[in-house]
Amino acid sequence: MTKLADQMKRGLDAPICLTWELTYACNLDCVHCLSSSGRRDPRELSTDEAIAVIDELRRMQVFYVNIGGGEPMLRRDFFPIIDHATTSGVGVKFSTNGTYIDTDAARRLAAMDYLDVQISIDGADAATNDLVRGQGSWDTARRAMDALAAADFGEFKISVVVTRENVTQLDDLLAIADGYGAQLRITRLRPAGRGADTWHQLHPTDAQQRDLYHWLLERGDRVLTGDSFFHLNALGDPLPGLNLCGAGRVVCLIDPVGDVYACPFVIHDEFKAGNVRDPGGFASVWNSSELFAELREPGSAGACASCGAYDACQGGCMAAKFFTGLPLDGPDPECVSGHGAAALAAATTAPRPDQDHSRARARAAAAAVPVTLGRR
Amino acid sequence: MTVHTATLGALRLHPSVAVRPEPFGALAYHYDTRRLVFLRHPQLVDVVHALHEHADLDTTMDALGVAETLRGPFQRAVANLAEACIVITRDSEEDRS
Ligand code: SF4
Ligand code: SF4
Repeated sequence: MTKLADQMKRGLDAPICLTWELTYACNLDCVHCLSSSGRRDPRELSTDEAIAVIDELRRMQVFYVNIGGGEPMLRRDFFPIIDHATTSGVGVKFSTNGTYIDTDAARRLAAMDYLDVQISIDGADAATNDLVRGQGSWDTARRAMDALAAADFGEFKISVVVTRENVTQLDDLLAIADGYGAQLRITRLRPAGRGADTWHQLHPTDAQQRDLYHWLLERGDRVLTGDSFFHLNALGDPLPGLNLCGAGRVVCLIDPVGDVYACPFVIHDEFKAGNVRDPGGFASVWNSSELFAELREPGSAGACASCGAYDACQGGCMAAKFFTGLPLDGPDPECVSGHGAAALAAATTAPRPDQDHSRARARAAAAAVPVTLGRR
Repeated sequence: MTVHTATLGALRLHPSVAVRPEPFGALAYHYDTRRLVFLRHPQLVDVVHALHEHADLDTTMDALGVAETLRGPFQRAVANLAEACIVITRDSEEDRS
């Protein structure tokens, strides 16, 4: 454990990795959606409130914000909001399913500075992708990529959540990114939002996790990972990146209604630190909420204390444990030393995600997944 | 590749870099390359901010009275910052990112 990592655990004056979900509205129904998006929430921040959040982030010297949703481009004030951010020195990295990136939008995006665009796909072909993201979503995403390329956007990002179904397609995904001069970003599937219902069928198997680890050791310099695979470090040489759970320390989420959570993957009352509408705004939530103070205390290793790999893997991801009903101071459900399966077997009930903006249709689709995934 | 600070000459912060104070020193972010870098000593932050007022890194450290034991580490740190284009030589002030 380096001194720097210790310092980071005590928290920073402002987050490094701040996610801001602009809306719960989404035109897709992805079965693993971390925020259970679908319908807009009537309490979502107004344009003025969103602008005020950006001004506060600027004062806190937050260098950039990860904008997501829902589908952020569904907000009518999407462009004014990101314009305001990028021209005030708050860079924007935004994630989209690509539906609303047509020729005009691509040109508009290409003309902006300090803006990164991330198009989500979850497979290297339509069949694999559409299984998770819905019929037609592959073609939509490819059209958006074509539009960005045609508008000379430059190096956009292709963002993939690694699942049991697509983990064998990483080389193909890399080739797709190369074809566009784009950068591949892969992140870990967590049982958050609708993902709580589908994680058990979709998360990579033990053998796949080992393959993924070796793939990352070999090709890791060509992909971005958001440092999300540090639970794999227990397998040997550490992967590059910050090896710690950053929740409430360097990571946090502002949700569409202004609620501040410790991390985008823990939308649950237990991890809600406050709201940007509270007196003192986001800064006071970040600096003085009780929850964040607690998360910045040194954690106990709990059941991981006897494991030689704890220094390397830090017990994994808090969100993954929480939504699978595991103790937060024990092994990750995907513990690569094999302690996850036993822990899962011992877990009786898991907390349900708190916010659900899914459309009814989406809920039914999520419930149907075990059947659909019988494909291989 | 290692950059030797002795050969860098007159230095300054890249105009697209923002530096945010933190308890351990500071975070520096390069808006063009999107690189985030840790400055892991409060006095290193002062050095980086003062580079443009002095002929080179050594004279900057002289002016700020940097202790003998810190000069080596700061030299290595500034060499890394130069590699990341966080600091640049003053005759190349145009964006080199
Ligand atoms: S037992 Fe805990 S520390 Fe050891 S590998 Fe598993 S999750 Fe990591
Ligand atoms: S809870 Fe998991 S996803 Fe969130 S910051 Fe911690 S490790 Fe990352």
